[in-house]
Amino acid sequence: MKTQPESKVHERYLRHSKKFPNVWCAGCGIGIVLGAIIRAIDSLSLDKNDVAMISGIGCTGRMPVYVDFNTMHTTHGRAIAFATGLKLARPTMKVIVVMGDGDALAIGGNHFIHAARRNIGLTAIVVNNLTYGMTGGQYSPTTPLGARASTAPYGHIEPSFRIAELAVTAGAPFVARSTVYHVAELQKYIAQAISTQGFSVVEATSYCHTTLGRINRWGRAPDMMRRLKENSVTVQQAEKMSEEEKKAKIIRGILSDRKDIPEYTELYREQIIRQAKGEKA
Amino acid sequence: MSDKETGSKKKRGKRGQIQIFPNWCKGCGLCVEFCPMKVLEQGSNGAILVAHPEKCTACRWCELHCPDFAIFVTEISAEEE
Amino acid sequence: MNRVLMQGDEACAEGAIAAGCNFFAGYPITPATEIAEVMAHRLPQQDGVFIQMEDEIASMAAVIGAAVGGARAMTATSGPGFSLMQENIGYAAMAEIPCVIANVQRLGPSTGRPTSPAQGDVMQARWGTHGDHPIIVLCPSSVRESFDLTVKAFEFSERYRTPVILLLDEIIGHMREGVELPADKTTLNVKREQTLVPPEWYKPFENLATDVPPLIPFGEGYRYHITGLHHDERGYPTDKVDEVEAWTARVYSKIKQALSEVLLYEENGIKQADTLVVAYGISARSARHAVEMARNRGRRVGFLKLQTLWPFPEEVIEQAAERIHRIIVPEMNLGQLALEVERVAGRRKVRRVNRADGEVIKPEQILSAIEGMR
Repeated sequence: MKTQPESKVHERYLRHSKKFPNVWCAGCGIGIVLGAIIRAIDSLSLDKNDVAMISGIGCTGRMPVYVDFNTMHTTHGRAIAFATGLKLARPTMKVIVVMGDGDALAIGGNHFIHAARRNIGLTAIVVNNLTYGMTGGQYSPTTPLGARASTAPYGHIEPSFRIAELAVTAGAPFVARSTVYHVAELQKYIAQAISTQGFSVVEATSYCHTTLGRINRWGRAPDMMRRLKENSVTVQQAEKMSEEEKKAKIIRGILSDRKDIPEYTELYREQIIRQAKGEKA
Repeated sequence: MSDKETGSKKKRGKRGQIQIFPNWCKGCGLCVEFCPMKVLEQGSNGAILVAHPEKCTACRWCELHCPDFAIFVTEISAEEE
Repeated sequence: MNRVLMQGDEACAEGAIAAGCNFFAGYPITPATEIAEVMAHRLPQQDGVFIQMEDEIASMAAVIGAAVGGARAMTATSGPGFSLMQENIGYAAMAEIPCVIANVQRLGPSTGRPTSPAQGDVMQARWGTHGDHPIIVLCPSSVRESFDLTVKAFEFSERYRTPVILLLDEIIGHMREGVELPADKTTLNVKREQTLVPPEWYKPFENLATDVPPLIPFGEGYRYHITGLHHDERGYPTDKVDEVEAWTARVYSKIKQALSEVLLYEENGIKQADTLVVAYGISARSARHAVEMARNRGRRVGFLKLQTLWPFPEEVIEQAAERIHRIIVPEMNLGQLALEVERVAGRRKVRRVNRADGEVIKPEQILSAIEGMR
């Protein structure tokens, strides 16, 4: 008589000693991204001892504590800098950094672009819900122009960053964007990013129905999920669209997949250590 | 898992058995809203109900999109149904 | 005889390497840049990692990340950078991450005078980051001490799983002195303590009798969580008062129990003295001359040179203050460590000798304070 239910993927990766369900609001996309990350890591059959997940502060910051990897919940905006130190000390580890849009691009922007320029072997997964959800819906570097926020009661007057494009121009060799609606695609890009030697970025467009969504009357979680589905186009489709048309669209796809930039820790070993110890290159 | 997200018509035969884990389900309604075959419904108390189990085609939309790992689909061949 | 002419900053870097430092992350800033430059040259020779990060915040973060990865990690900076590092120093205190931060003080505040000495960061070293936390702060007053106290800093950071701050100043950092370094440096290498339990039983923040649970590096089969939130023994965030109290009691106790080993100082002539000079860092050099001059004039003066500033060595001051009625505290700020001396010995007994204008306090200034002319 079969007593034990069929084992599910997430059961092998979530920490049993942590209290579930998770802390995020009902319907939040962060849980969906967590699922995609777990399935991506499972598909790569990585050894859990070699995986580290580092986060900053914000709703996404609460993700690493739930997973059975080497995990750190660091200070706001600095996850990538913490992760850089870890990667340099343990170059063989797969180091995944999970951040929100504010964490990665506002306070963390300086570290984000330098990690991309330096091409340090990290995977940065940015859950872009266009706001600071944990603190109640203030505007972030990706809040749309004209939207309301708890700190933009008269409408937001700042243009927003395009995270993936910013990462490409900063030099990141692998950059992709998807949404929490297109979770199979998101999972595929995450797996590809983790397998990339250098600095890889996956922007997971999501939503916050609890704060920004409510302030702008964008509806409940299912309504905001529907907006992701109806409001996104692939890179290929976007090429046939005018600048004006593309403005309001979420452009999904791989924006950069280069193999020509050496990864920082490899370069450090190949060039610096070798020269310092007088060995021939 | 089919790559297409639109849940277009599946070839007959693939069936799924849905399992909901009530302790973790927060009743967010995503699965009910987007199930291509309208298998799921939300009760007045917010709980998710497998209203039409026979219609499930094991596309796993619900399982892959559940933010709380609270719903699962086990594929069953047509005879087992 | 291993006698070399060495700069203070260089001695700090060499002391770190002797102690087994194999990771340095930093950012250029006068008067500490030389430490980074020596590290950039020397660390790779020991298979160590040097990286110049995009700012001091990132440098401190990378040091913690590397320490969690098992490295003996350090950064070096000066006032402005030290201010930027405070939040992450607080993270290292909360998560009990062993690491060393050298702050080569320069005249502040703000940009101040980058090439002038000062001792104006003493309170910042103690209270610079928000919230209550213990800290160890050491302060060299010579090139040789810059080497020795950096070794001690790594020893204490690993043994007590805590950030340790080194307070140099522009002169100690930039001046060169002939020094004899220990010939056999292998004995100075600091090992990180291992655990005796398998992964499933390991608690990275366990309230053990020794107060210092071993920190097993990431990647060795012990998968656990580190956070800046108050946390339980496993590192999971908690809002339970008893778990917060347990953490607080333990991290303070582990330093308190180690005072006899952590409180470093040199003293002479206190027993027969009626006046005591308490000094540290660059000011201790002028104070020593002043004490000699005073003794040549028949004065009964004691001299206490502090090498550990925090935790503040209360007992030695308290005992001295029972008999001694005049305690002179020269420091290149407008009175910072003097506040602690006054707290312990009573304000009436303390004479402050202060300069915060970038010029070193002259022995004569201290001498006149000893002779009560001022």
